[in-house]
Amino acid sequence: MQPSLFPAPIPSTYTVSKLTFHLRKLLEEDEVLQDVWVQGEISNLSRPASGHIYFTLKDANASLKCVMWKASAARLNLPLRDGMAIEVHGKIGVYEPQGQYQLYADQIRAVGEGALYQEFMRLKAMLEAEGLFDSDRKKNIPELPHKIGIVTSATGAALRDMLNTLRRRLPLAEVILAPSPVQGVDAPPALVKAINILDDKQLAVIIIARGGGSIEDLWAFNDERVVRAVADAMTPIISGVGHETDFTLCDFAADLRAPTPTAAAELATQITILDLQAEVQTYKARLASSINSLIAEQKKLLSALSAQLRYLSPTRLIQSERQRVDELSRRAFMSVAYRVNLQKKYLEGTQKRLEALSPLAVLARGYAVVTRKDDGIVVSHVAQASDVMQVRVSDGEFEVRK
Amino acid sequence: MPKASSKKTEKNIEELSYEEALAELEQIVSALENEQSQLEEAIKLFERGQALAERCGVLLEAAGLKVKQVVGEDIIDFEGESE
Repeated sequence: MQPSLFPAPIPSTYTVSKLTFHLRKLLEEDEVLQDVWVQGEISNLSRPASGHIYFTLKDANASLKCVMWKASAARLNLPLRDGMAIEVHGKIGVYEPQGQYQLYADQIRAVGEGALYQEFMRLKAMLEAEGLFDSDRKKNIPELPHKIGIVTSATGAALRDMLNTLRRRLPLAEVILAPSPVQGVDAPPALVKAINILDDKQLAVIIIARGGGSIEDLWAFNDERVVRAVADAMTPIISGVGHETDFTLCDFAADLRAPTPTAAAELATQITILDLQAEVQTYKARLASSINSLIAEQKKLLSALSAQLRYLSPTRLIQSERQRVDELSRRAFMSVAYRVNLQKKYLEGTQKRLEALSPLAVLARGYAVVTRKDDGIVVSHVAQASDVMQVRVSDGEFEVRK
Repeated sequence: MPKASSKKTEKNIEELSYEEALAELEQIVSALENEQSQLEEAIKLFERGQALAERCGVLLEAAGLKVKQVVGEDIIDFEGESE
């Protein structure tokens, strides 16, 4: 067989572009490479004015070019620096002009977060299944607490923020602080103890709080012991851990979740001193209006009574009494006149009878009365006769001798 | 109840806590609003109510957050607050 310069079959030749395109297709069709977390250290970090971020991720034996577009970079809440160990999520693509495969990153997190997140999800699912986060377990937060418990670090800014908030909103309240470390291995048992101590103190509400930090910093608030202590407390608990975007298992177990410590202090004091002042003002107004209406009522009653009094006035009574007096005096007069008349008639009759009996009348018929001259005794028997006697007849007297 | 409030009247207003003063004020206001009291009695209640409202206002004005701290078995004043 004749040796040939071009042993058959002759493979087709790729252009660089075509090959690169082929590689790109291979990479982009691979499911693993399109949704991957890669761990490494940052080097050659560059943030040009475009807003995109470029860096190389490397470990002891290999390196990987990475790019994060502006839109994803804007959502990044982790300050990047060279040498930092991170985990990057994204998809592998090819930058054809340089024949370079690279990771198009859309999320970056600190190393360890992934494992913590897995643990977080496992614990959350377990406690949720147990019913620890059920809404019917949630206690009502009192609107006007007298005593507020706080579990947090005695030295943190979170405490200062909360005390300032409480001082501003409800200075009538009393705060009882149970200080506790809020991060590190000692934190969970200390937090549990602090919660239990305050739970026995007959407080209206307990705030469990911590300022912002990384997921590791906040990890004590995902500790199963702490979460159970929060869920089991008799006192209503408000959690205010980290920032708005941070969620801990304590937040789920608490009766109310606040986005920040300051917000927790606000939620613990739903009624503020301004409300109380307004309430006192309202009472004052109601007091005044009720007494005013009572007085108005009394005035009305009084004027009704005085009208009634005028109607029943003694003037009328006096007039009618006067009439009665007239009537009585008329009747008195009449009865007196009648009696006078009666007496007069009686007198006349008596006079007539008297006249009939009068000795003068007897004398007139010719009889005489003889009396003794010396002693005036009437002589009705002969033996009585004296020497000189006086004889009275109807029209005069004369003396006689025996 | 007028009888309950007249019993309470014996308490010195200066010694009442905010809660006590407010509770009595509340009671007096509703007594005045809902009951037919004698005018003299009502005026007494009103005056008492005014004094109570004053007391509440003064207490609110003067209130300062009390901060205490659990130390072991004790509760002591908290002084670790740095400005």
